[in-house]
Amino acid sequence: MSEVANTSDNTASRSTSVVVVVQPSDVSIGKQFIGQLIRDLKIGFRSRGDFINPLLFYALAVMLFPFGLGTDATILKNIAPGVMWVLALLSVLMSLDTLFQRDYMEGTLEQQVLHGAPLSTLVLAKVLAHWITTALPLVLVSPVLAVMLYLPGHAIPVLVLSLLLGTPVLSLLGSIGAALTVSVRGGGLLLALLVLPLYIPVLIFGASATAAAANLDGPGYAGQLLWLSVFMVLSITLAPFAGAAALRISLEQ
Amino acid sequence: MLFENLSLEIRSGDAVELSGPNGSGKTTLLRCLAGLSPDYKGDIQIGDFIYLGHSSGLSGLLSVRENQRWYASLSGKMVSEEDLDDALSRVGLAGYQGIACAQLSAGEKRRVILSRLLYSNAALWLLDEPLTALDKEGVALVHDLIASHCKSQGAALYATHQSLALDAAQALDLGEYGAISKTERPYSHIANPEHNEFPVDV
Repeated sequence: MSEVANTSDNTASRSTSVVVVVQPSDVSIGKQFIGQLIRDLKIGFRSRGDFINPLLFYALAVMLFPFGLGTDATILKNIAPGVMWVLALLSVLMSLDTLFQRDYMEGTLEQQVLHGAPLSTLVLAKVLAHWITTALPLVLVSPVLAVMLYLPGHAIPVLVLSLLLGTPVLSLLGSIGAALTVSVRGGGLLLALLVLPLYIPVLIFGASATAAAANLDGPGYAGQLLWLSVFMVLSITLAPFAGAAALRISLEQ
Repeated sequence: MLFENLSLEIRSGDAVELSGPNGSGKTTLLRCLAGLSPDYKGDIQIGDFIYLGHSSGLSGLLSVRENQRWYASLSGKMVSEEDLDDALSRVGLAGYQGIACAQLSAGEKRRVILSRLLYSNAALWLLDEPLTALDKEGVALVHDLIASHCKSQGAALYATHQSLALDAAQALDLGEYGAISKTERPYSHIANPEHNEFPVDV
């Protein structure tokens, strides 16, 4: 039977805080990951605005450059790697608001924090779904947009590869900032301030790999791509843990 | 500070009805127990539980069934479609599987959430205002769910303003544990409770 009673002072003097959560042993991390991934992919594709806005912003912003700078092929060709990469970075940054926001408003984030015995697994699944619905479309349209900026044909595969390696890093690093600012009203600017400094190395290596590929006489681009791969491996293994910790902090307020 | 010297032990078969005036800390106590709020002093020992809070916890863009499947996957367990169907018909929503949750009424949403209790297999139910938005039949349903859960060696701690009048329920009135009366309580202290004690054994 239960006891509901005022305890005497000897129990009140204890000050340690222990939460013992006994998890059942038949829990499968794979099932948690797949279940979360499928759910977030469905939500991502169904909320059309979240899915189309970054893509539209990317395409429109790239198209503005020939209007502003004129159609001189040498100018456009020289700025193309930097423009493509900066705009991809800004599109990813713009889309980060939606990563946890909807779940936070609907109260589903709370349930994920409660149940996600490894919350980092769920964060990784969420970021992967978010990357597939927002960043992957950018990578896929980038060859077409690159042609509009006169980027040489032989540099386009390198641009796509560098974006494929770099945008997951942007999404993963951004997820830490998004998790920290999810409970902040209008935290978009704060998110940008937190995350942009971390994006700089990715931008430098990504744009420089593409520029090196466009310029056949200069040094090669393999080194930059290898660095991007290093960033990707590091962020896949470390960012979900930071994101999970940040989510817990945000929800505890 | 919201409350102090609070000791609570819930064993299997127990139902504890948490009451108290607005702001007496019912939600805070449940959130502390669920591990959603670290702002307390004391010991908490808790086993496998399910926590249903104020917010709906349903994705409006997903159907009832998709929400159920996702919730089942959260705990990493395999739940068959039949079990999900059974849970839905038990809460009076048979045939609602394909309907998007954004189209449901508040009471229907609440029922979808209650269906989680039936397929989660958690021993302890932590329910925060489970009767919100429910009609008379819904209130009776919650009463029956808790009664049968406790009969089958489960346990429940639920906060409510409207007593469920369960035969076996114990009452815990948080109003009695408040150290400072509500009018005197400085608001800066709400987020900083000290010396809260509520060991819970399951």
